[in-house]
Parts: sequence; C-alpha cells; structure tokens
Amino acid sequence: MSQMTSYSYGTAMRAAFEYLLENYPEVFIIGQGLWSPWYVGNTMTELEKKFGKERVIDTPVSELACTGAAVGAGLSGMKPIVVHPRLDFMLYGLDAVVNQAAKWSHMFGGQASPNVTIRGIINRGGEQGAQHSQALHAWFAHIPGLRVVTPATVADARDLMIASVLSPSPVMFIDDRWLYDLEDELPPVQELDLATIGPARLRQGDDVTLIGSGYSTQLALEAADALADRGISADVVDLRVLNPFHPTEIVASVRRTGRLMVLDGGWRTCGMAGEVIASVTERVAPAEFKASPVRVTLPDAPAPTSRVLEAIYYPRLEDIVAAASILCAPGSA
Amino acid sequence: MEGQLPGVLADPTQLHEPIDLRGTTLEVLEPLTRGMVTIRIAERILAKAREDGLIGGPVHLGVGQEGVAVGVSALLRKTDRIFGAHRSHSHVLALGSSPRKLFAEILGKDTGLSRGMGGSMHLWDEPNGFMGSVPIVAGTVPLAVGAAHAERMKGTDNIGVSYLGDGACEEGAVHESMNLARMLNAPVIFVVENNLFSSHMFIDLRQPSNMTARFAEAHRIPFEIVDGNDVLAVKEASERLVAAARRGDGPGFLEAVTYRWYGHVDFREDIDVGVARSAKDVANWRARDPIGRLARAMAAAGFWSESDQQALEGEVRLALESDWEEALGDPYPEESALMDRVYSAGRTRG
Ligand SMILES: Cc1ncc(C[n+]2csc(CCOP(=O)(O)OP(=O)(O)O)c2C)c(N)n1
Repeated sequence: MSQMTSYSYGTAMRAAFEYLLENYPEVFIIGQGLWSPWYVGNTMTELEKKFGKERVIDTPVSELACTGAAVGAGLSGMKPIVVHPRLDFMLYGLDAVVNQAAKWSHMFGGQASPNVTIRGIINRGGEQGAQHSQALHAWFAHIPGLRVVTPATVADARDLMIASVLSPSPVMFIDDRWLYDLEDELPPVQELDLATIGPARLRQGDDVTLIGSGYSTQLALEAADALADRGISADVVDLRVLNPFHPTEIVASVRRTGRLMVLDGGWRTCGMAGEVIASVTERVAPAEFKASPVRVTLPDAPAPTSRVLEAIYYPRLEDIVAAASILCAPGSA
Repeated sequence: MEGQLPGVLADPTQLHEPIDLRGTTLEVLEPLTRGMVTIRIAERILAKAREDGLIGGPVHLGVGQEGVAVGVSALLRKTDRIFGAHRSHSHVLALGSSPRKLFAEILGKDTGLSRGMGGSMHLWDEPNGFMGSVPIVAGTVPLAVGAAHAERMKGTDNIGVSYLGDGACEEGAVHESMNLARMLNAPVIFVVENNLFSSHMFIDLRQPSNMTARFAEAHRIPFEIVDGNDVLAVKEASERLVAAARRGDGPGFLEAVTYRWYGHVDFREDIDVGVARSAKDVANWRARDPIGRLARAMAAAGFWSESDQQALEGEVRLALESDWEEALGDPYPEESALMDRVYSAGRTRG
C-alpha cells in the first residue's frame, strides 16, 4: 500500500503520457486542443510545457491529415499518439484508420505495422446533441487489424494507454469523459503486452453476470452494489479490449451464474452488447441459462439536445437495477 | 497575392473610425443597423442566460461579427440555400428568422427552429432559406455545393451560401468542395468569417498566412477580401459575387475579416485560455465595433442621431426580451419525439 498514490482516471491518463514521453523518445502526441485547458479535461495538462511543443503538438482543424500523418510516422519508427477530443470529430480521419492503419500488416505480409495510437474521447450529455455525443466503439471493434481499448478503471487508464503505445499494432484507444473524476489508488506502472489483455473480473458474484466496457463498467459496478442490497450477487466483468475480443472469461462467468446482462453506452443495433451476447450463446448451451440474456443500451436514436429527452436517452442506474432484478427473479426465463 | 495579406484588416489598432457611407441612403442603412442590433442584443440575452444557468447547452456567440451575416443576407432570397455551422445565430437572424423560435430552440423547446431537437448548434429555417447548421467543422460546406448545384440543375437562379470560419478552411472537405464547385460551376458563395481564431488558437499558429482567400485563388474561384466590421463593404462585395453566381458564372468566395468579442463558447472572453488572445486586442476590436462605426457615420451624415440609435436599440431590446420570456414558457418536446423523429415515414414523390 505504501507505494500507492491516489489518482483520478484523468490524472492517471496524464501519468501515462508523462511516463511515455519520459521513457520513449519516439513518442509524440498530436491533436487538437493539446495546449488548451478545454479539450481533453485534466488528462494532458501542461504536458507541452514539460516536454516541449515539438512533442506535444496542437494542430489545425485537420483530423484527416493528423490521423494519416500519425499513421505514417508510426510506419517510420515513431510511436505517435493522435488525440481526437471527440470521437465525432475524428470521422474525417476514418480512411487512415480503417483502410490504412488497420490493414497495413495484413496487406504487406505482416512485414510492416504502424504502431500508432489513436485516442478518441467519448463525451456525452450537456445538451450538446447528435454530433458531440457518439460512442462509436462498436464500429471500430468491427475492423480486423485494429485493437480497440476501452479502459474503465483508474489503473487501466494509465496502464492500457502505455500498453497501447508500446503495442506494434494500431490501437484505437477510447476513453470517456464521464470517467475522468473517478478516483482510485494507483500502483506502480506496469508495462503490459496489449496482445495478452482480455476481460477482467472486477467483482465476484453468483446470481448474474454483468458485462460492461468503459463508463458502462462503472455503471455495472454501481448496479452490483445496489443489487447486493436486494440480496442479488453480481459477477462484474469489464471487457477492457473490444477487439480482438476474447469471451473466455465471460463464458466461464455465465456458466456459473446462468444469467447475462450486458450494459453498453452505444446503440443497440449491431452493437457491442449484441456481440457479447452472441459470443456467449454460441458457447453456452441454452439449458445452462436460467433466463434469456438481456442488454441495456442506448435507444436507436441520435443523441437529442433537449434536457427532457436527454433524461430518457442515457441508461440510468435505477433502470439497470430494475432490469437486473427482473432477470434474477425466479421463473423469469 | 502574398503582398495583399489582410494586413490592415487584421490589425486591431486600425479601422476604428466611422465607416464610409459611400453615398447610401437611410432606407439602405436602417435595416442594416436594425439587423446588426437585433443579433447583438439577442446574443447578449443568450450570454446572460447561459451565465445564469437558464441554458443547458453550449452557445457559440458571434458578438462583434454581426456585420458579416447582415451584409451578405441583404442580397439573399428566401429561395436561396444557406448553410451554417456552430456559430450561426447571426446567420438565421439576418435572414429574418424569428428570435422567439431561435430562443426556444436554444432552450430545447418544441416551438424552436429545430423543434427543440438541436439547440444552439443545430438550427434549421428553410422557409427563410436556411437549410441547416451543424457543429462538425466544415460539415456543411460540401452540402452547400450540392444544394447550389441542384438549383442550377433545376434551372433556377437561386444560389447556395456556405458560412465557414478560418478554422474550417483547414479541413480537407473545404478544399475538395471548392474544387468540385469550380468544376461543376455551382452557384455557391463560400463566406469565410475570418475571426482569426479557431477555438483557443490564433491563426498564425495554424496557417502560414492569415488570408484564407488564397485557397480560392488556387481553385480559380473569384474572391473578395473585406473588412467584416464594415457592413457596407460586406454588402457591396456580396452584391458582386452573388450577381455573378446568379448569372451562371459559378462559385465565389468572400473573406470577411472580423473578430468575436466573447471567447470560443459561452459568455467568457477567454483571454486566459486563448493562445495569443489578449485583453488589449479584445479592447481594440471592441473599438472597431461594426454597429458603433455605422452609427457614428450615420450621425455624422445627419441621417441619425445618437438618440435615434438608442431608441432603435431600446425598441429591439424590448421585443427580444418579450420573445425570451415567451420562449421560457414554451413546452418541451414530448418524450415520443426521441424515437418518432429518427426516420421519416412513407415515400417521396416519384
Ligand atoms: C470536425 C471538427 N473538429 C473539431 C471541432 C471542434 N471545434 C469546434 S468549433 C472549432 C473552431 C472552428 O473555428 P472557425 O471555423 O474559425 O470558426 P469560429 O469558431 O472561429 O467561428 C473547433 C476546432 C469540431 N466541432 N468539429
């Protein structure tokens, strides 16, 4: 315990950048708003002052060029991190991510790979609407060749960022502003091999398996607390890496609990929750389920701005707890 | 062209004197003044309401930039196709949109321009020619080209207008759009409100020149560069560009150099977070007020006294304050709107 220091998710991420810039001269960070206190919360504060404006670069409004340039720099021996303050804005840069970075290793016989980290931030709510609120992680998880990382805990915010930047593959690192104030103790840095990272069980329980990623994992943990008060014990598994997706841990959990509930901050249709349920039902026989799997997602609608509609758009803890209670009620299959 | 950089136009210590009225009449000047004053006061109301927490979402204010939309809109018809971006309150109000509906939209009310679904950054008022504004920087620029091309295909002499910023000019979409517009001969005017900033960053930190009209030259699009705080200069340049587009000469490009008094978003001045934005610059630009410079010129020419100006401002303020009060009392959308408005039903007429 003595080595642990308390951090927030945001400052832990900043610690990752600091560690990388200090220890790896090939690391540089490029993106919009890196010299501004607005864009990236407390995750990059004053890094340009410490490491210089050549290694922490604030850019023109040019997502396509910056993403493509980062991919190119990654092919030339650097370890660039390109930052998109909102996932919505990086859609101009998709060709560089989907057609170029993700395919490069395969197209060229595994002989070259851009070790670029593309950081896209999810930011929702605040009456900002359809083009400032999108959680598009499932989209990226659909692309072979692209590792997709969605840290949910303070330690993962730091260590999975470090692992992403040290990974030779292109990585889409998706963090969520709704997590930035989350606090926890932070053990010393671990340089993990991203290729070996799979889902992690954050809580043990026997009655139901709750699955989440990113902010949804925190909702799952809160739901587990609320369910415990009702005498329901939940197993909480955090996906951590959405692609490549390894369901083993989840399958083992569902075999034990017989009940599966997936929480996802993305849309329902063709989303990550559907993928998790499919992956489990392919491996777990119907007879092993005590009830049909359930998913809690956004409705299939763009984010509204009006506060009355925002209030019904994002899944709320009480809805999740209510749905989980029904799932766990005897005879609910 | 490098020799003609905005220079004096971008220098906040210059151009503080009353604007040159160039022999215009009160009939021309009164609506221009009224238009600018309406935008100014409406945005002041919004700034205050945002500060007081009555508005939940962000508002990108254009106080100080009123001369651009008002000067351009003087040439536009309700059948033209106008697109905006995140800072578009001035664009809709200058086209004659109802301030009450704008306020209602920003409050997320069902009576708003976008029926409460969009807020400040997503405005729509097609009956007045406004096809939509969105906050994805440069997102609507190609749309304006397509809408203008459609008008040409239909054989009308309506034009498209794309409002964008100096920051937006950094997006590839803008360059593709200009090239395409030129090749299609689309009657679209790209109106760059060059306020020298993209959120926190000054243009010198983002571009090798502070003049965006250089991109128009690259695509062989006729361009004009004007003092955006001189509403008559904006109007005259627009007259030439709009006439050419209606005539079938294809696209045009207007660069209006201006400045926003508030910061990037909401009511703060952002002197603390602006990279190269100083209190002194803001004060100098306030002295280059597009409304004040016109009012002083009108007074000097004997069109208008200071008390006439004050009377106008008082009248506009009263009307806008009552619009604001009404909008506050308006209903929110029904919950069913969340799903009902995702798709349009039925089929279009074949
Ligand atoms: C594609 C995209 N990238 C980045 C942003 C963030 N952003 C919003 S407004 C803005 C500045 C745009 O500057 P400019 O076009 O000059 O317009 P101004 O704000 O000065 O009116 C930026 C970078 C965005 N909304 N969309």
